[in-house]
Amino acid sequence: MLTKRIIPCLDIKAGRTVKGIHFENLRDAGDPVQLGEYYASQGADELVFLDISATQEERKTFAVLVNEIARHLNIPFTVGGGISELKDVGPLLEAGADKISINSAAVKDPAFIDKLTKEFGSQFIVVAIDARKINNQWTVFTHGGTRATEKKLFSWAKECQSRGAGEILFTSMDHDGTKKGFATDPLVKLNQLLSIPVIASGGAGRMEDFLEVFTIGKADAALAASIFHFGEVGIHELKQYLQEHQIPIRT
Amino acid sequence: MKVAVIRYNAGNIRSVAFALERLQVDFEITDHPETIQSADKVIFPGVGEASSTMNYLRNTKLDEVIKSLKQPTLGICLGMQLLCSHSEENNTNCLGIFEDVVKRFPAGNIKIPHMGWNNLQKVSGWLDSALEDQYVYFVHSYYVPVNPHTVAQASYGSPFSAAMRKGNFFAVQFHPEKSASAGIKILRCFFQQPD
Repeated sequence: MLTKRIIPCLDIKAGRTVKGIHFENLRDAGDPVQLGEYYASQGADELVFLDISATQEERKTFAVLVNEIARHLNIPFTVGGGISELKDVGPLLEAGADKISINSAAVKDPAFIDKLTKEFGSQFIVVAIDARKINNQWTVFTHGGTRATEKKLFSWAKECQSRGAGEILFTSMDHDGTKKGFATDPLVKLNQLLSIPVIASGGAGRMEDFLEVFTIGKADAALAASIFHFGEVGIHELKQYLQEHQIPIRT
Repeated sequence: MKVAVIRYNAGNIRSVAFALERLQVDFEITDHPETIQSADKVIFPGVGEASSTMNYLRNTKLDEVIKSLKQPTLGICLGMQLLCSHSEENNTNCLGIFEDVVKRFPAGNIKIPHMGWNNLQKVSGWLDSALEDQYVYFVHSYYVPVNPHTVAQASYGSPFSAAMRKGNFFAVQFHPEKSASAGIKILRCFFQQPD
């Protein structure tokens, strides 16, 4: 049976993880390669590495890092952050990325999705959508959630699918950082609307939140960052818990 | 043991190479017919689309090279599908090592692609029996139905072939190079086959 996926997300700047990550058994928690291996050993099903570098120089470091990650990691990983042109993608694939995640560039030029899926295949392309509820409408934001757009979550997600996206990574900005649970309502609707997998992001605080995102929200995968990084929820114990609650999970 | 990894126009060769590095296998990524034919083992990896890949293989005559192989040869994902006779993906005639036809997952109650970790069932043949019920990583929209060459199944809507064997041709639908410790075990099973 296909299992639900647990995906830690790592923010990278200039080749280093940025959030204050503390694990006693890691010598250098700022090293994304070591941290990736650690999460893989804990049972993470995939990893996402998000490049939040500001400068071109830092971005070059990222491609080198992707190569190091691929060399050491035996689970799938997605890289994203700042991918805006076709020429950004080849080096990441060549470096060993399993998938890439695009966001603002797809909103700006939706045909970019078609181009990428034609060149690299649907399975390689994740479209990340950040949205927030405004006047009862889920509105899509870009540029790290700073710019509102004309696009609405559901129609945009559907369009991404028809243009060839292999997965949708949906982040509810209303829930992100609150640790009060995932946005299950829009997830239910996304699941009904789409025939491609949906990754839920934003709001994870407790193990119960993951149970809800799978049972109520019907998500195919759940992504979280700080609760894993700060050790508030351990991946191993989370997966045990989900299995005890009859969620299909890889343990 | 010298392993040849066939280089062609399908992605993902890098992650196969890294997995072989981790296993400390002596390998070469090559599209040179004699190097492929003289290797002790051959890996035919792949992620991509069937028809354009088959066209590429025909144009470069790699199709004939693959069909001529006598040593243990492992097709991975698209590589496994291309070893079959035909694929519904853009109605493509494939290499015909396995007689089977590659079908598209039916739309309906399941998400397509089948993406993520699924468990192996009815494990037999060249796969270690300890792999029964182990999870491996799949990404695919087309599948090979269960057939007499199937040595492991997985279930997505209905059962399909997760691994097969016919003579010196071995095949897996999932990605052993991305399947954590179970994947390493599977690659070892292949490398332990007599040359």
